[in-house]
Amino acid sequence: MPEGDRKIRVLVAKPGLDGHDRGAKVIASAFRDAGFEVIYTGLHQTPEMIVSAAVQEDVDVVAMSVLSGAHMTLFPRVMELLEEAGAEDVLLTGGGIIPEEDMRALQERGVGRLFGPGTATREAVAYIKEWAAGRRERGG
Amino acid sequence: MSGERPAEGGRAAPEGLGLENRALLERFQAGKKMGLARAISLVENEHPGFQAFLHAVLTTPRFGNRVGLTGPPGAGKSTLVAALSRAYRERGEEVAVVAVDPTSPYSGGALLGDRIRMNDLTTDAGIFIRSMASRGSLGGLATTTKEVLDLMDAFGFPWVLVETVGVGQTELEITGAADTVVVILVPESGDAIQAMKAGLMEIADIFVVNKADRPGADRLVKDLQLAIHLKEGSALRDVPAHHGVDLRRVGVLASARARSTKGDEPEGWEIPVLKTVAQTGEGVPALMEAVARHRSFLEATGGLEERRKARAAGRVRDVVQRELRRAAWSSHKVQQILEAGVDDIAAASETPYSLAEEILVALLGPGWRRPGVTGDGGGA
Repeated sequence: MPEGDRKIRVLVAKPGLDGHDRGAKVIASAFRDAGFEVIYTGLHQTPEMIVSAAVQEDVDVVAMSVLSGAHMTLFPRVMELLEEAGAEDVLLTGGGIIPEEDMRALQERGVGRLFGPGTATREAVAYIKEWAAGRRERGG
Repeated sequence: MSGERPAEGGRAAPEGLGLENRALLERFQAGKKMGLARAISLVENEHPGFQAFLHAVLTTPRFGNRVGLTGPPGAGKSTLVAALSRAYRERGEEVAVVAVDPTSPYSGGALLGDRIRMNDLTTDAGIFIRSMASRGSLGGLATTTKEVLDLMDAFGFPWVLVETVGVGQTELEITGAADTVVVILVPESGDAIQAMKAGLMEIADIFVVNKADRPGADRLVKDLQLAIHLKEGSALRDVPAHHGVDLRRVGVLASARARSTKGDEPEGWEIPVLKTVAQTGEGVPALMEAVARHRSFLEATGGLEERRKARAAGRVRDVVQRELRRAAWSSHKVQQILEAGVDDIAAASETPYSLAEEILVALLGPGWRRPGVTGDGGGA
């Protein structure tokens, strides 16, 4: 039994008003199959709900699925609230229909990698595993 | 509190609380949610120093109400937990919730979805919800759920609700974790025979038939009541016998009944069977009332003290077992004996039993002897 071996905990959240949660469900299942502990909160989350859940669940990663086009408000807002809550060490990542220039702009503001439509789930899994391994090395 | 004790088995933390855990303890004691959240992770992951942390926190006794909710998958446990939490919040009381979901034995991952039913509670400052993956534990809780309940209790929550994995017939660990156990069934759960054989009969302090707006609810309530009375030995008390012979009329049961109602206080706890529709909140006030009544009953009869002592004893046993296991498998010497011995087992010059004995002697000293073995045994 690998004791002291921390499981990667990921909150998969679907903010906003659009009801398309298939992507979020697919990614949640892929994360589970990769050995992550996935907290799935379902549809229609506000940034406040997402951050509140992230704090209580003490997750390592928040993964948001945004298909509504509101990514330029939602990601920065969640980022800001995470910082306010003292959870700035949490990785904020996600996916959805997000133009590449917006992806770059968000990454410049501290958001992690964002994944567009058609991404293989293993790519997202590998990214999170790599990030977690890097953090462990940094002593986080 | 008499200073910190060294964290047994905490390899990287030679003495008590490390700097980091000390800072965490401060945040925890200052009532910071993040402090509680991180403390839970510390304990859940059994990180170095978690024992010392628990020791520091638990030396201040707090006795919140611990209510366990269990039942088969899909019975509406999460929805009922949410409804109960909402109701307590309406009375201004703070609530902590632990919801356990299963870990996949294949990937080691878990999909924790209980929060979906509690979304409206997420931003309420008086509520703290934590999802736990069972991580290989088979009793319906995770290995460290009880410790997490301790943490929530110590944090100051008057209500600590714990929702088990959807249980079948053997996941009854909840009894060791809660003051009051609520077993939730639905009309589709099958008849009460299922509940009787499932062992759920023995652990329920309160039965809830949820989704009571569906057909079959009344039937299940009746079945459960009968099953409870069978257990209590008072079945058929009010049931006419077959073929129209009413025993009550012949007075056969009168004396029995007189005995059972003697005194003002009932001797035992009569398990109530309640109907709820968690989705609408119907029946929730009655459930709250029953939980409160059970607590008063436990307090009045000394049962609460008894349960807590049993729980404490169980916990000590758990901790000793865990530490023994940890000590055994982290011991270099044990590894050596094991590695050196497996070939001999394959060659049949050793058996798993002789090798295990060697390991136990190595761990517990030459004086160790398998219990029940007297004299020199004269075995192989």
